[in-house]
Amino acid sequence: MDRSTAAVTRSETWRSFRIATWLGWQIASNWTDPLWFAIYSIVRPVSRAAILVVMYGVITQGNFSDPLFPYIYLGNAFYSYVFTVMNGVSWAVIDDREHYRTLKYMYVAPIRIPAYLLGRGVAGFLTASLSVVITILAGVLFLHVSFDPLQADWLLFFVSLAIGVVMLAMMGLVLAALSLLVARHSGFLAEGVSGVLFLFSGAIYPLDVLPVWLQPIGYAIPITYWLELMRRSLIGSVAEAFPTLAAFSNLELLGILVGLSVVFGVASIYVFRACDKRARERGLIDRTTNY
Amino acid sequence: MNSEQLSVNSQKRKNTGWRLFFQSVIARSYPRIIGQQRELSWMLFEVVMPMIAVIGYVLVYKALKAPEEYIGFVVIGGAMMAFWMNVLWSMSSQLYWEKEQGNLALYIIAPNSMMSILLGMALGGMVATILRAAVIILLGSWMFGVTYAVVSPFELFAVFALSMVALYGMGMMFASAFLLFGREAWAVSDMIQEPVNLVTGFYFPVKSLPFWVAAIASAIPLTLGLDAMRQLAFPSGLQMGFLSTKVEILILAGLSVFFLVGAKLLLAYTEKRAIREGRLTEARR
Repeated sequence: MDRSTAAVTRSETWRSFRIATWLGWQIASNWTDPLWFAIYSIVRPVSRAAILVVMYGVITQGNFSDPLFPYIYLGNAFYSYVFTVMNGVSWAVIDDREHYRTLKYMYVAPIRIPAYLLGRGVAGFLTASLSVVITILAGVLFLHVSFDPLQADWLLFFVSLAIGVVMLAMMGLVLAALSLLVARHSGFLAEGVSGVLFLFSGAIYPLDVLPVWLQPIGYAIPITYWLELMRRSLIGSVAEAFPTLAAFSNLELLGILVGLSVVFGVASIYVFRACDKRARERGLIDRTTNY
Repeated sequence: MNSEQLSVNSQKRKNTGWRLFFQSVIARSYPRIIGQQRELSWMLFEVVMPMIAVIGYVLVYKALKAPEEYIGFVVIGGAMMAFWMNVLWSMSSQLYWEKEQGNLALYIIAPNSMMSILLGMALGGMVATILRAAVIILLGSWMFGVTYAVVSPFELFAVFALSMVALYGMGMMFASAFLLFGREAWAVSDMIQEPVNLVTGFYFPVKSLPFWVAAIASAIPLTLGLDAMRQLAFPSGLQMGFLSTKVEILILAGLSVFFLVGAKLLLAYTEKRAIREGRLTEARR
C-alpha cells in the first residue's frame, strides 16, 4: 500500500467512525428531550446499584465501612460499560439490517464497516459514562463509599479506562460479526454474553466465591483485570482486602490487561473478516428476518 | 359461487358475542402457548437470562455470608421475574410491536373486541411463562440446595393466582397506554425494568425498604405477591413479611379488579384517541 492509498484509507476510516458516532448518538437520544434522556440513562444503573446496596445493607446491618462494599459498588458501576459498549457496536447490525433496513446501503457506501460499527458504539460509551459518574457520586454522597479524589491514581484510571473501552468495543465487534450470520436471537447476543461475563469477572463478588473449577474462566477474561484496575485506581485499599488478585501489582495487571486485549482485539478483526465474507457470500447483508 | 355453496355458507354458524370473544382469546393465546414451545431456543434464552441474575445475586449473598433463606428468596424472585419480563416486554410493549409490524390495524379492523386480544396475550404469556418459572425454581433450588416449608398450599396457590391476574391486568393496562407511544416505547420499557426490580424486592424482602417505599411499591402486584409467597414457603418468611398474608391476599384481589377494569377503560380511551390522531398505522423509525 503506497502512502496516498494509506492516507485515503485513514481518512475514510476516521470519517466512517466520526459520522457513525454522530448517527449513533442521534438514534440513542433524539426520541425525547435531553432531560428525559438523562433520566433514562441514569435510572437503570442507579436502580441496579440500589438493589446491591439494599442487599448489602440488610445482611451487614448497614456496615458500609467494610471493603467489600466499595468492591461490589464500584465493580457494578463500571460493569455498565460492558453491556452498553458491546451492545452499542453489535446492535448496530440488527438495527440497520432489520429495523432501518439500511445495512446494504452502508455496505455500498464509501465507508469502512468495522469503523462504522465501532463508531455506533460511542453513544453507548457516553451514556454509560454518565451513569457511572452519577452512580459513583451517589455512592460517595449518600452511601459512604470512601473515595478521595486527591488519593486516586488518575493516570492509572484513564489509561485503564481507555484500554478497557477499546477492549470492550473489539468484543462488541465480534458480536457484530456473529450478528451478521445469526438469524435468530442476535438481539440477545450482547445481553447473554455480558450476563455470562458478569458471573465470571468478579464484578460484584470476589472470584474466590466461585467454585474452584470455574475460577480459571474468570482469570482468562480481560474484564476481570480491567475491573480490578478501575477499583484500584480509585480506592487503592480495596486491592488489599481480597486475595484474588492481591499478588499482582498495578503494572502487572495493566500488562495482563494489555496482553489479553491485544489477543482479543486481533482475534476480533479476523472473526469479523471471516463472518463478513461469509455473510456477503450467502447474501445475508440485506435479509430481513422479522424475528 | 353457485346457489348450493351459498346455502352451505349461510348455514355455517358464525360466532358472535361471548363465543366470538372467547374464540379470539384462544386464537391470540395460541401462538404464545403452542407456537412459542416450538421455538426451543427462545425458551433457553428466557430461562438462561433470569438464571444468570439469580446465580449472580446468590453469589453476592454467599460473599456476604447471608443466612440460607436469602438464597431461596433470590430463587423465588428470579422465577417471578420471568413473569415481570413477560408482562413488560410481551404485554406492555406488544401493541407497539404489532403497530410496527402492521398487525395492529388488522386487529382493529377484525370484528372482535380488542379486550379479547389483550386477554389472549395475557393468558398465553402467563401459561408459557409458568413453564419457564418452574424451570428456574427447579434449577435454582437444585443448584443451591434450597429447601421449602409450605405452610398452606391453598393459600400459596391463591396468592400466586391473584398475583398473576393482577400482574397481567396491569400488563393489559400498560399495553393500552403504550398504544400511544412511538419510538419511545422501547426506552420506557427499558427504563422501568430495573426500578421495578428494586422496589418489588425480587432479591430481598420488601420489608427491608423504608415503609412508605414498600407501601407505594405494593401497587405493583408482584411486591405483595412475592412477599406473601416467601412468607408461605419459607420457615423464617413470616418474620420478614411486610404485611400479613391475609391482608396481602385482599389487596391483591382488589388490585386484580382495579387493573382489569382499568385496562378496559384505558383501552377504550386510547384506541379512540389513537384512531383520532392517526397513530394506529404509524411506524416512527
